[in-house]
Amino acid sequence: MLDLSPLWISIKTAFTATFIVFFLGIAVAWFMSRYKGKIRGLLDAIFTLPLVLPPTVVGFILLIIIGKNSPIGKGLSHIGINIIFTWSATVIAATIVAFPLMYRTCLGAFGQIDINMLNAARTLGVSEWKLFWKVAVPLAWPGIASGTTLSFARALGEFGATLMVAGSIPGKTQTIPIAIYFAVESGENNAAIMWVSFIFIISLVVMVLTEKWTEKQYFIVSSARRK
Amino acid sequence: MKLIVDIIKKLPGFELKIKLETDNIALGLLGPSGSGKSMTLRCIAGIDTPDSGRIELNGRVLFDSEKKINIPIRKRKIGFLFQNYALFPHMTVEENIGFGFDKSIKLLEKDCRINKKIEMFKLKGMEKKYPYQLSGGQQQRVALARALIMEPEILLLDEPLSALDDYLRNKMIVELKLDLTQFQGITFFVTHNMEEAYRLCDKICILSHGQIEAMGNREDIFNKPTTVAAAKLTGCKNISEAKIIDENTIEAIQWGLRIKLSNKDLHNVKYIGIRAHYLELAKNPEDLNTFNCWPVFTSDTLFRSIIYLKFKEAPINKLDYHVLWDISKEEWELIKKSPLPLKIKINYEKLILMESKGIE
Repeated sequence: MLDLSPLWISIKTAFTATFIVFFLGIAVAWFMSRYKGKIRGLLDAIFTLPLVLPPTVVGFILLIIIGKNSPIGKGLSHIGINIIFTWSATVIAATIVAFPLMYRTCLGAFGQIDINMLNAARTLGVSEWKLFWKVAVPLAWPGIASGTTLSFARALGEFGATLMVAGSIPGKTQTIPIAIYFAVESGENNAAIMWVSFIFIISLVVMVLTEKWTEKQYFIVSSARRK
Repeated sequence: MKLIVDIIKKLPGFELKIKLETDNIALGLLGPSGSGKSMTLRCIAGIDTPDSGRIELNGRVLFDSEKKINIPIRKRKIGFLFQNYALFPHMTVEENIGFGFDKSIKLLEKDCRINKKIEMFKLKGMEKKYPYQLSGGQQQRVALARALIMEPEILLLDEPLSALDDYLRNKMIVELKLDLTQFQGITFFVTHNMEEAYRLCDKICILSHGQIEAMGNREDIFNKPTTVAAAKLTGCKNISEAKIIDENTIEAIQWGLRIKLSNKDLHNVKYIGIRAHYLELAKNPEDLNTFNCWPVFTSDTLFRSIIYLKFKEAPINKLDYHVLWDISKEEWELIKKSPLPLKIKINYEKLILMESKGIE
């Protein structure tokens, strides 16, 4: 009987990473959409960097930051926590590589909002908090949703950084992409084909569901632009 | 009710320098595109910040660069009607109107106030509709209801009619004027259309290159502009430099005419003008201020003919003209068959006498 653990690990990792990236990406994008300070370009580059760097570079940098010999790693091992080669490491790797996709897409979506609509809300006396939740997020929702889908797909497919910081421990840190790699390497073609089909199915289902889920919102939001 | 604005803001190409005071009447800010009128409105609302100066509304300081006061938009108690209305597309009519209320208001009172506005603005039956399901006029009423339900002390309108076609605009001017009678505070209206300004406002302020060119009640502004810039902005097409000959004769230098006037104080007059539709065909060639005229060419609009006229002698080419004459097409059909030169009379009571050029 085939070990199905990579499937659960992958799904668990992708959902957890997407959950974190969802809130973090929206918050950072909203901040950046209004931030006009001097280091805007620098911040933007830093937030986008994991997208353009090879995953192995991200993995290497992560090893330096949270590895056993780093200050953070030492501090954590003092209180009995070790991140490297654990499930947490797969989540951290997936979160970091998926973040830029969420951030970029949301930044674009917030930028598309008619600035008059935000100012109209302000003249009505509402707080920035209410403005964000009731106007900015609903209007940016189609963008936020596609950012979420992209992030999920990226987190699900993460390989390089995950292998470097979490390794390939069956039943613990071995995700589907890593299982595929090792299956092919050891000549188990049937197993590889099965894992590939799983990835296909999950990605398709998630994308179709998001599309259905945002159809109506997209119609309403874009109605303001059609005129 | 009183609004005091005294602000300076550097804009690309010119400096916006606004100093005005207004009370309970409808004030219109009239100026060509790029004259800084929208920016003035945005500074009052707090959307943009002036470089320096002071804005005060009913005794409350909204902005003061010296005392470093800059009240945020949401605390200014200002209603703002945007050109595109900026309705929230994902909210229904009643959600749009009630959006400004926070949790501190009781649900019952909230519903009651929303219903009142819905009735007042003839939106009954549309409570559950989304903005994209409404006509332009209905959208405007929702935007007005949404702004007025928060009981602002001033309502700022940023060219609310200029995105509309002629027919709709005409209809909406009447509607808007009626709707605005529901509002007790100050209304401040920005437009580049002089007809809109005249029909909607009691007092008009003319803006040119960021500076106030003229301000006064609408009759004075349109009938007696005191500078060339103000005359042009209110649509006067015929302007000439003037020289005073004696106490009741003035010479229009560019036109080469001497015009007789009476009971006018000509003292400081440096320019004269006459609106194109005030020129008339003399009934009797001996009438006062009647001059020989040759049509140079004509340009037709839908119902009117614009005739380019040259005084005193026949024109050499098509650029050789002095004034524009605006008459109905029917009249022109009759007149154009008469022998040349035409006898055109300048009614001195309709002359605009100006003392300076103003900011152009």
